[in-house]
Amino acid sequence: MNLLRFNWPLSRASGDAVPRELSQANVMKNKLSISSRILVSFASGALVAVFFLPVWRIDLFAPQYPEGLMMNIWINGLSGDVDIINGLNHYIGMKHISVTMFPEFKFLPWIVAFFMLLGILVSVTGSRKFLLYYLLLTVLGGALAMYDFYKWGYDYGHNLDPNAAIQVPGFSYQPPLLGHKRLLNFDAYSFPDAGGWVVIGASALAFLVWLVEWRRYRKNKLV
Amino acid sequence: MKHSFLKMLPAVALLAIGQAGCKPNGTQSAVSGDAAAKTYVAPGKYDEFYDFVSGGFSGQMSVYGLPSGRLFRVIPVFSVDPEKGYGYSEETKAMLNTSNGFVPWDDLHHIALSETDGIQDGRWVFGNANNTPRIARIDLKTFKTAEIIEIPNSAGNHSSPFITENSEYVVAGTRFSVPIGDKQDVPINTYKDNFKGTVSFIGVDKTSGNMNIAFQILLPGVNFDLARAGKGKSHGWFFFSCYNSEKANTLLEVNASQKDKDFILCVNWKKAEEYVKAGKGQKKTVSYVHNTYDEKKHMASSTLEKEVLVLDPKELKDMVYFMPCPKSPHGCDTDPTGEYIVGSGKLAAVIPVFSFTKIQAAIAAKNYDGDYDGIPVLKYDAVLHGEVQKPGLGPLHTEFDANGNAYTSFFVSSEIVKWNVKDLKVLDRVPTYYSIGHLSVPGGPTRKPWGKYVIAYNKITKDRYLPTGPELAQSAQLYDISGDKMKLILDFPTIGEPHYAEAIPAELIMKNSQKIYKLEDNQNPYATLGDNKARVERKGNEIHVYMTAIRSHFTPDNIEGVRLGDIVYFHVTNMEQDWDVPHGFAIKGANNAELLIMPGETQTLAWKPEKVGIFPMYCTDFCSALHQEMQGYIRISPAGSNVPLSFSTGTNMPSTGTVPAAEKPAAK
Repeated sequence: MNLLRFNWPLSRASGDAVPRELSQANVMKNKLSISSRILVSFASGALVAVFFLPVWRIDLFAPQYPEGLMMNIWINGLSGDVDIINGLNHYIGMKHISVTMFPEFKFLPWIVAFFMLLGILVSVTGSRKFLLYYLLLTVLGGALAMYDFYKWGYDYGHNLDPNAAIQVPGFSYQPPLLGHKRLLNFDAYSFPDAGGWVVIGASALAFLVWLVEWRRYRKNKLV
Repeated sequence: MKHSFLKMLPAVALLAIGQAGCKPNGTQSAVSGDAAAKTYVAPGKYDEFYDFVSGGFSGQMSVYGLPSGRLFRVIPVFSVDPEKGYGYSEETKAMLNTSNGFVPWDDLHHIALSETDGIQDGRWVFGNANNTPRIARIDLKTFKTAEIIEIPNSAGNHSSPFITENSEYVVAGTRFSVPIGDKQDVPINTYKDNFKGTVSFIGVDKTSGNMNIAFQILLPGVNFDLARAGKGKSHGWFFFSCYNSEKANTLLEVNASQKDKDFILCVNWKKAEEYVKAGKGQKKTVSYVHNTYDEKKHMASSTLEKEVLVLDPKELKDMVYFMPCPKSPHGCDTDPTGEYIVGSGKLAAVIPVFSFTKIQAAIAAKNYDGDYDGIPVLKYDAVLHGEVQKPGLGPLHTEFDANGNAYTSFFVSSEIVKWNVKDLKVLDRVPTYYSIGHLSVPGGPTRKPWGKYVIAYNKITKDRYLPTGPELAQSAQLYDISGDKMKLILDFPTIGEPHYAEAIPAELIMKNSQKIYKLEDNQNPYATLGDNKARVERKGNEIHVYMTAIRSHFTPDNIEGVRLGDIVYFHVTNMEQDWDVPHGFAIKGANNAELLIMPGETQTLAWKPEKVGIFPMYCTDFCSALHQEMQGYIRISPAGSNVPLSFSTGTNMPSTGTVPAAEKPAAK
């Protein structure tokens, strides 16, 4: 039964060729169109990029650093001028940033893999419901990731060594969540990096597919 | 009374005008209106050329930007430099070893930038030591002296380090002829019998740049002055000017100026290579020192070499020829095509230009004018392309642009004269302020001159700058040569006495410039790669402090248990991996110098305390906002004291109790 359903759309790779009555049947059965399923599988497949590209970047500029300092955040680690940033941060008593202190780097790759699997499941089953869950989970995951990022930033910016050399009363050094912030002599910028843009693009694509499908469903229901 | 005074007024006025008219024009008239715009490099903008300028008696090489004339760096080469710890740190001392022991000073005259296919390639720059004969190679990734090789059988390495068009060789012609071989203790007035000259060809490894003396040619006892490699069609030949063909050993200014013509030596070094390959050279026992700086260990080491391969042209024919050149030739420069060789007789009234094609023809036809000590002398008229007539007084050196023009410096008449190499016509002349020695066009000695400027290097500055007592700066002057007429556009003082200099387009060097030394590549045996590895060890009376420096502290910064009579070695590793964050290290009373340690580098300062007490140490290079706090103490106890060896950073907090028994000074 499952096997049959699996084979059927594949034998008609060009979605337009699907007869109207079959397509109608799909809609009635709450199934996604073939082009939608291809797009969803493409979107979830694209997530593989975050295993090879950093997802976020923080840039720091100061009078002494016109060339800038940069830190890349990957799903499983950090790269860039981390040591130099740590060296500078010790003046204001910020903790040493190191990969081992983030448990996230251990399970994030599995979460991404889970999302990829889920996306493939959506396209294989063609289930509209699954697509909706997929989207809801994406939004939830994204929000949690940003919250986590904020928490770490807050901790770094506020939880300072009381013996730090430079202490500005009432001043904290929380990096910006997104966008620009001035931290003493540094201009800090926080933005998605290439991998992050892939995630955003893939999520937007999945959302677009759902939107199109939803409109089609409503139209067909009216007919 | 009043009347007669009025009558006199016109005469007084005339006199005044006459006075003004008698004085030659100053430089005001020599500087053109747009000079400032042509030399202005706005803050934050880069210069178009690096200019490597010899430091003469400073022994160093300085690096300027052109056209701004801004000084970027003084590279320590042959002289110690306490500012950088060069020649003082344990790691760099060996760079200045010679067969005469440690020589802390020399006289660097000439520059040779490495070339590939006759074009500057920006890999290395070579400099000569004129006093204790040596050649240095500076790596242009780090702007540090990477290698120094001593030249045996030489005295006064002036005719050096000129380079061949693929950096096959740099050369070393001896300025003083000296006794060669075992018989060294001879009367000076037996010069004619016992004194010989040599020119050495020093091979340069294509990839590493490492030098080795490939062969030496044994020559008559004349004084070799300057040299240039052939290029293009004359590649495979080398030309050396020489004076004192009179073989005088005293009052040379008179006795070496007797003959109407001295020589330019033409060396067929491809032929010499054949003789070497055929095993015709003689291995002579000598002693010279070869120093190399290991970039990974940040450490120099010296090797004593015992042998040199000598070729004797009396037996090995067709290798060297003398070419007559008027009156004690100085400069001997080949044009970009390699066809013309310009000799500059210091006392000559003409500039002779020789033709490589004619030299080859004269050799083929054995068109000789006898021989000099068994070496064939080519007929002057047979090899002469022509003479530049009435060019000026005291011609010294010639450089070239890409358009077939030559620029010759004149010491006595203090000017640069531009002339056409083919038709030998003088095209333009400009004064220099004052008494120019060398001059340089970017890429001027290569097959591909970049042109644009000629820079004069002057010996005398007198009224050019604010006076600084009896000792005044030497200077460089920049002339725009992009038009028909040379235009003075800038004038700046220099480090030491500039002799030769070479300029090179900035992009050929800046892209390779190294920013830091990677800690993971640091192989210095005394490196401390982590604060947790910092320690102090005693080995007999040697105390080894394995110290780290990072903004803004040393680890350790409190050291006790060192006794008078100990020698303390501070092995300081700069843990920074960030561009432009050097740390310095200095300790009170040190009899040598400071250390200046680049990011990722390890350097060692040896210190022998002379007094009991507490000695402060600190970072000398303003590294951070808390640079002033980057300091520490070392306690020196009397000899035989039983204060235990201890070291720490951040834990030796103020004590509240009394002095522990163990720390009471030992009874005398």
